[in-house]
Amino acid sequence: MRKILIIAAASIGLSGAVQAADITGAGATFPFPIYSKWAEAYKKETNIGLNYQSIGSGGGIRQIKAKTVAFGATDAPLKGEDLTKDGLIQFPTVMGGVVPAINIAGVEAGKLKLTGELIAQIYLGDIKKWNDPKIVAINAGLTLPDANINPVYRSDGSGTTFVFTDYLSRVSPDWKTKIGTNTSVQWPVGIGGKGNEGVSASVKQVANSIGYVEYAYAKQNKLAHALVQNADGQFPAPDDKAFQAAAANANWNEAPGFGISLNNQKGANAWPITSATFLLVHAKPEKPEEVQSALKFVDWAYKNGDKLALDLDYVPLPANVKDQVRNAWKGVTDPAGKPIF
Amino acid sequence: MTAATDMMTGPAAPAIRKTPKGTFDIVFRNASFIAALMVLVLLAGIMLSMIIGGWPAFREFGLGFVTSSVWDTQNDQYGAWPAIVGTLSTALIALVIGVPLSLGIAVYLTQLAPAWFKQPVSTAIELLAAVPSIIYGMWGLFVFVPLFAAYVQIPLSNIVEGLPIVGTVLYSRSPSGLGILTAGFILAFMIVPFIASITRDMLEQIPSVLRESAYGIGATTWEVVRHVLVPQAGVSIIGAIMLGLGRALGETMAVTFVVGNANRLSASIMDPGSTIASRIANEFNEAMGLQMNALIALGCILFFVTFVVLVIARILVSRVKSY
Repeated sequence: MRKILIIAAASIGLSGAVQAADITGAGATFPFPIYSKWAEAYKKETNIGLNYQSIGSGGGIRQIKAKTVAFGATDAPLKGEDLTKDGLIQFPTVMGGVVPAINIAGVEAGKLKLTGELIAQIYLGDIKKWNDPKIVAINAGLTLPDANINPVYRSDGSGTTFVFTDYLSRVSPDWKTKIGTNTSVQWPVGIGGKGNEGVSASVKQVANSIGYVEYAYAKQNKLAHALVQNADGQFPAPDDKAFQAAAANANWNEAPGFGISLNNQKGANAWPITSATFLLVHAKPEKPEEVQSALKFVDWAYKNGDKLALDLDYVPLPANVKDQVRNAWKGVTDPAGKPIF
Repeated sequence: MTAATDMMTGPAAPAIRKTPKGTFDIVFRNASFIAALMVLVLLAGIMLSMIIGGWPAFREFGLGFVTSSVWDTQNDQYGAWPAIVGTLSTALIALVIGVPLSLGIAVYLTQLAPAWFKQPVSTAIELLAAVPSIIYGMWGLFVFVPLFAAYVQIPLSNIVEGLPIVGTVLYSRSPSGLGILTAGFILAFMIVPFIASITRDMLEQIPSVLRESAYGIGATTWEVVRHVLVPQAGVSIIGAIMLGLGRALGETMAVTFVVGNANRLSASIMDPGSTIASRIANEFNEAMGLQMNALIALGCILFFVTFVVLVIARILVSRVKSY
C-alpha cells in the first residue's frame, strides 16, 4: 500500500515536472528562427520544450513586466534605470547585422560605397539623386544614374529600425537632432514596407531604391547590398566575420545589462551596423524554477548552439561575453536570496 | 367514473400538450433575446474599452489629436489627421472605381448575359468575395504594384508634370507603385464582389412583369435600367454600397501592403500615405505607453468615422424610401 502511494506520488510529481518544464517566453521577432531551432534541438536532448511567442520586442517587455512569461526578448536593450525599476536582468543571446540593400540598374552587389553620413542625408531627403557629387566622390569608376533616390524603410516598429537609426544617430549629428533613435521614427521621405519582406519587395520592385534589412534576410533573398564605411575608414564586406569583429572590440560592461550598441565599433574589419538581441528575466522571480529552466536552456544554447546560429546567418557571441553573462546570472535569486543558476 | 375521467382529461389534453411547447417557447425567446443582447453588450464593451484605452491620448492632445499631422514616437507627439485623410480618401477612391463596376456587373448579369455566361461569372464573384484580404494584399504588392508603376504612374507622371492641379494631384516624385491610389484600387477589387452580388440578388427579385411592361411600351435597355430597375432596387443598392464602404474603411492587411505606410500628408494621390487601420497594424506590436494609447484612440476615431458613415447611409436610405 505504501509502495503504491509512493509510486503514485512520484508519478504525480513527474507529470507535474514535465508540465512545468515547458519554458515560456515572448518578444522579438528577429531572433525567432534561431530560438525555435535551438528549442527543437534542446527538446530532443532534454525533453524540455520552449513556448516562444514572437509578438515583437514591445510585447515581450510588457509580458515580462506583467510576469506572464519566464523571459522576455527584445532587440532594443532596456536602459539601466528601467532594469532597476522593474527588477530585471538583461543579457544578449546572438548577434546580427543590418545591411543597406540597393536596386540601381548596372550597380552590382558590394560595389556601391556609402558612408553613414551619406545614408543619413539620403534618408533625411538632403541627398536626392544617385549621381550627387558627394556619392560620386567616393565611388570613382562607378556609373551612377541621374535618378531620384527612393528610400525604403520599415513601417512596422522593429528592432531592425532601432539598430539602423541608432547607427545613423551615432554618425550624423543632424540625424540625431532631427529624427533620433527608436523602433519606429518619423521618416521625412520615402516609402514604408511592412516587415523585412515588405522592405525587400519594395527595394526589388522600385528602381533606384535603397532599403535596410537584416543581413540574414538580405543573404537568403539575394538582395544587392552596398558597403558602408566603418569607424576605421574601411569598407568591409558584411559577413559573420565582420559582425564578430564588431563584437570583439566592444566594451560590454559599458552599459548595465550588456545594453551596449555594437554600431560603429572600432576595428578594420568591423561591420558598422551590428547589434545583439537580448533576453530579460526577473532578478527575484516568483517562480524560480521556471527562470532556472530558461537559464539552463540559454546556457545549453551558448555551449551547443553556435553552429545552428551560423547556419541561419546569426552570429554567436564571443566566448568571454558568454562567461560574463553566466556571471551576471548570479544576480538571479530565489526568494531566499540563493542564486538559482 | 372512467368515462368521466376520460371526459375530463379529454378537453384538458391540449393544455397538457401546450405546456411543454410553451416552456420551449419561453426558453427559445429568452435564448434569442440573450443572443441579441450580446451584440449590444459587446458593442458597448468595445466602445468603453477603446475610450478608456485611448483616453490618455485624448486628454494629452485634446482636439489636436484629430487635427495634428505629427506622428513622432521619439518625442511622444501624436496626431491622427494624415491617417484620417488616408482612410477617407482610399475608401472614396475605392467607391468611385468599384461602384460603377459593380453595378455594371449586376445589370449585365441580370438583364443581358446569355445563360451559359451568367453562371461562371456569378460563381467567380462569389469566389472573389471569399478570398482572404491578405491574398489581395500580396497580389497587390507583388503583381499589381509593379505593373501599376510601369504602365500608369510613370507615363502619367511624365504627362502631368508641371500642369496646374493635376500636376500636383497625379504626379509622383518617386514612382514606386505604392500609394493612396493603389490602395484605393485594391480596395475597389475587394468591395466589388460584395456590392455586385447583393445588387444582382436585388435586381433579380424585381418582378419581371415590371421589366416586360417597360420593354412593351418601347423602352430601351438603358431606359429600363435607369427608370425601372434602379428606382425599384435603389435602397438595397445604397445598402450594398454602404456595406462595401464599411469594409473599405476598416480593411487592414491589404492596405498595409500597398499604401506605402508614410505618416505624412501629401497633395498627390500617387504618393505613399497611411490609413488608420494600417497604422495600427504597423505599430501595435512594438507600441509602449502613450503610443499604445494613441493607437487605441485611432481605433476609437475609426469606430466613430464608420458610425457616422452608417448614420449618413441610414438617412440616405430613408429619404430614398420616402420618395
